Amino acid sequence: MAHTYTPGLRVTARATIRKKRSLPIQGDVTVKPGDKVSAETVIAHTQLPGKVQSVNVVNVLSIPPEELRMFMKKKEGDSVQQGESIAENRPFIKWFKTTVPSPVTGKVENISEVTGQVLLREPPTPLELLAYIDSEVIEIYPREGALVQCTASFVQGIFGVGGETNGEIVFAAKSSDEPLTPDKLTTAHKGKIVVGGSFVGMDSFVRAKELGVKGIVVGGVEAADVKELLGYDLGVAITGTEKIGFTLIITEGFGKIAMARRTFELLGMCVGKRASVSGATQIRAGVIRPEIICPLSQKDLAKADAFVEKERGGLQAGDQIRLIRDPFFGRIGLVKSLPHDLTKIDTESHVRVLQVEFPDGMVATIPRANVELIES
Amino acid sequence: MNVIIATDCGSTTTKAILIEKVGDEYRQTFRGESPTTVEAPFEDVTKGVLNSIQEIEELSGRAILDGERIITPNEGKRGVDIYVSTSSAGGGLQMMVAGVVKAMTGESAQRCALGGGAIVMDVLASNDGRLAHEKIERIRQLRPDMMLLSGGTDGGDVQHVVEMAEFIAAADPKPRFGIGYQLPVIFAGNKEARPNVQEVLGSKAALTVTDNIRPVLERENLMPARHKIHDLFLEHVMAQAPGYRKLMSWTGAPIMPTPAAVGLIMEAIAKKRGINVLGVDIGGATTDVFSVFSGIFNRTVSANLGMSYSISNVLAEAGIENIMRWVPFDVNENDIRNRIKNKMIRPTTVPQTLDELQIEQAIAREALRLALDQHKLLAVGLKGVQQERDIASAFEQVSSGQSLINMLKLNLVVGSGGILSHAPRRVQSMVMMIDAYQPLGITQLAVDSIFMMPHLGVLSTVNEKAATDVFDRDCMVYLGACVSPIGIGKEKEKCLDYELKMPDGKVISESQPFGELRLYPLPAGATAHIVAKPARGFDMGIGRGKAVEAKLDGGVVGIIIDTRGRPLELAKSKSDRVAQIERWGKAVGLYPEA
Repeated sequence: MAHTYTPGLRVTARATIRKKRSLPIQGDVTVKPGDKVSAETVIAHTQLPGKVQSVNVVNVLSIPPEELRMFMKKKEGDSVQQGESIAENRPFIKWFKTTVPSPVTGKVENISEVTGQVLLREPPTPLELLAYIDSEVIEIYPREGALVQCTASFVQGIFGVGGETNGEIVFAAKSSDEPLTPDKLTTAHKGKIVVGGSFVGMDSFVRAKELGVKGIVVGGVEAADVKELLGYDLGVAITGTEKIGFTLIITEGFGKIAMARRTFELLGMCVGKRASVSGATQIRAGVIRPEIICPLSQKDLAKADAFVEKERGGLQAGDQIRLIRDPFFGRIGLVKSLPHDLTKIDTESHVRVLQVEFPDGMVATIPRANVELIES
Repeated sequence: MNVIIATDCGSTTTKAILIEKVGDEYRQTFRGESPTTVEAPFEDVTKGVLNSIQEIEELSGRAILDGERIITPNEGKRGVDIYVSTSSAGGGLQMMVAGVVKAMTGESAQRCALGGGAIVMDVLASNDGRLAHEKIERIRQLRPDMMLLSGGTDGGDVQHVVEMAEFIAAADPKPRFGIGYQLPVIFAGNKEARPNVQEVLGSKAALTVTDNIRPVLERENLMPARHKIHDLFLEHVMAQAPGYRKLMSWTGAPIMPTPAAVGLIMEAIAKKRGINVLGVDIGGATTDVFSVFSGIFNRTVSANLGMSYSISNVLAEAGIENIMRWVPFDVNENDIRNRIKNKMIRPTTVPQTLDELQIEQAIAREALRLALDQHKLLAVGLKGVQQERDIASAFEQVSSGQSLINMLKLNLVVGSGGILSHAPRRVQSMVMMIDAYQPLGITQLAVDSIFMMPHLGVLSTVNEKAATDVFDRDCMVYLGACVSPIGIGKEKEKCLDYELKMPDGKVISESQPFGELRLYPLPAGATAHIVAKPARGFDMGIGRGKAVEAKLDGGVVGIIIDTRGRPLELAKSKSDRVAQIERWGKAVGLYPEA
C-alpha cells in the first residue's frame, strides 16, 4: 500500500547541499571543478545589455523615413556621448539648422528607414554571480554557471522575504515561544543573522533595519506587519527580490507561533557560525522555500551526526506532527492512528484523516492534508 | 475505438480518466491522480502520468502499461485504443502580445492568445502610454514562451507595426525554456509589413508569419494565428519542457493546452444546444472564464486569482471588506488576513471546520466576481468599427466595443475547479455562483463533476461521440435553475408572484417578497413550468411588471427563486448583514445546522 505523503520542511543537522548557480544570460565562468569558494567568491560574470532608448529622428528633422541615413552623422555600431549630435539637417541658412542630440551615452544600435527611429543602447552593466555558500565547485556549466556543494546544517522556513545574504548566527531569544521584541536587538547584532522565538513585529523590523541586521529568523509574523514592511499586500507568494534592508525567514506561519523545538535547537547548534540565508519563496510551480545553510567544518561533523534524524518513509503511528491549519494551527502532537477509510469531517467533506494525541492527552481527528511531519 | 485513456497534466496534479464503451455509449469508468512531476527532483512529466495511470490500473483491473509504454490497441482486459492528453504544467503557456492600437489590434491579439490557451503576461501597443525604452525593458524582463505580434489592417499602417518589431528585436528576448534557443514570434499583422518584419526580426527570433488577425477593422480572423500558437506550443514550448518529447510520442492526438481544450468543449455545448454559456474554472493559481454569446467564443484567464497559491491576491484585489461581507459570522480582520496567508503558504490544506469552509467560500465568491469583471472587459464587440445609426439609436449613443456578456441572455453557467466541483453540498456551489455572478431572469447552473472537461476537449478532436457521451452522462452535474428579477426594493415589499407547475402536477402559487431566497427541489432530468409576474418596480427581462412564462430544468439542487435584488446589495450594518446571510443560508440549507 502506498504510504501517506506528508510534505514537511527540511530541518536537518547534516545534509549535502548542492546549489546550481546560473547567470540569467550567458557569460564567463571563472572557477573550475575542485575549487574551494566562499559565499562571496565571484564564480561567473556577464554583461547585462544596456537599456535601449529610441529617438524618432525623422519627426525632429521633419524628413521622410527613407531619407534618414542622409541626415545621420553616426552609423550602426558607432559610439555616442550624451548630448552629442547623431543627426542634423542642412538648411540654406545655418541659423535654421536642427540637430538631434543623443539622450544617452552608448552605441547606435539600429537606424530604421521604415519607422524613422534610431535606437541607442546604453553601455552594458556588469553582473557578478556569487557562490552564495562556503563550498566546493563540483561541476561547471560552460558560459552558464556552476554546481557548488557543501556539507551543512540545513533549515527550511515556510515563508520569507528578501534575497541571499550571509552572516554569523546569533540568538536573541531564550526559548522558542519568546517573541523577538525591539529591546532584544542591540548594536552587537549588526551584520548578523538573528534568531528569535515565536514572533516578530513591525517595531522590531524598524529596529533591525536601523542596526543593520542582515537576517531575522522567527516562528511567526502578522500578515498585516508584512504588508506594512513591504508597502503592499503580497498577492502571490513569489519573493526574494525585495529590498527591505534584511532577509526575513518565518519557520511556522502567520500569527504568533512558537518556533518548532527541533528547528530552535538546531539553529542553537549553529550559533557563532557563518550561515548563508535566502528569503526566496515560490510556492507555485517548482516550490522554493526560504533557507538557512550553515556549512559544517570537519570538527562540527560528529556533533551534527548526533543530531541527525533517521531515514524514514511515510507517516506512521507514533510520529510527531505539527498541525498546519485551524482550529489547532501550530500545535504539536503524536499520530495515534491512521484510519484507512474516508471520514466525514465537520464541513461534511469526506477526507482521509488521522487521529492525533496532544501532550495534554486530548485526541482529535484531523485531515491528513492539514499536518506536517516533524523529523525527530 | 472502445477504450480511451486521457490525462490532464496540471501544475499540481496529473489527472487520468478511463473511458470505456458500454453498450452503444461511452462512459467514464475510473479515475486516478498523482502529483505532477515536471519540476525537480523528477523533471519528467511522464512519471506523474504513469503514476496516475497505474492508479487506474489498480482500480479497474485493466493492464494499461507495459513498463513505460502504453499498451495499444485494447484486447479484452488489456490495453487501450488511444491515449490523449492536455497540459498546463509549469505555469501553462505564457505569452506576450503586441499590436498597434491597444483597444483594436492589441485587444484582438490578446483574445487570440487567450483563446489559444495562453496566459497573457502583457499587451504592448504603440499607444499603451509607455515610452519606447519602457516597452523594451518590459519585453526583456518577462520571459514569455512566445510572442504574438499583430497590428495594422491589410494594406494599412506599416510604420507602427515595424516599430513594434524593432522594439522586440532591440529587447532580444529569451524564451523561458531552453537557454540558447530563439524565442518563437508569430507575426499576424498587416501583410504589407511582412518583408520589413522579416528583415527586422528574422535573425533575432524564430519568426512565423501567418494571416492578419484583423484584416479589416470590421472583422477578426483569429483562427490561423491560433493554430500557429498550438503548433509552436508543441514544437518549441512542449519540446523544451522536461519529459514532454516522450509524452508527445505516446499520444494519439496533439497535446493541447488545458484551457484550449476546455474552450473547445464549452463551444461545443453552446453550439449543440444553441444557447449562451458562461463557464468558469477556478483553480488554485488561476481562474479561467469562458463565454459563448451568440456563437462568439471568448476566454480570459485571471492569472492571479485562485483558491490556494493566489488566494492572497484575491484579498489584495477584492479588499478585506468585500470578502468579509459574505462571512455569516463576526470575524476579526487580522485573523482573516493570517488565515488567508497561511493557506497561501500551505496551499494543500483543507478547511476542517465549518467557519473555515465558510471563509473559503466567501473568498471564492470574490475570486469568481473579479474574474468575471475582467472577462467582461475583454469579451467585447470590435472597437473602432464604423457604426450606422438611425435617428432613434443616435440618441442612445452606444459606442462600439460593448461587452458581449449579457447576463439576461445567459442560459447556462458551468462551474469547475475544486471549490465548486467538490463543495460538500451542491447547493453551496450553486449559491456561490449566484452570489458572484448575480444572474438575471432565468438561468440554469451546472458543475463539472470531477474536472474532466480538458480530457473531453482534447478527445473531441479525435472522437466527438465519445466526448459528447461522457460529457452528457458523467461530466455535467446539473444543479438546477435560478429565477431572479431585476430591481431593488425594501425588505418584505412585494417583488415576485409566481405559479410553479411541478412535474407531478402540483402547482405552487406564491407571492415572494423582496429580500428572500427560496428553494424548490426538482430532480435532474425533470422540468417545471413557471409563470412569474414581477411587481411594478421589477423586471424579469421583458419590461417592468411584465409576466414571463418559462420551462425550468431541474438538477441535484432544484429551483432557486432569488428576490434579493439585482444588483444584490447587502445590509450596511455588520449585525444586519450577518443576520441576512444566515437567514438566506438557512432558507436553502446551505450549511449544516449548528
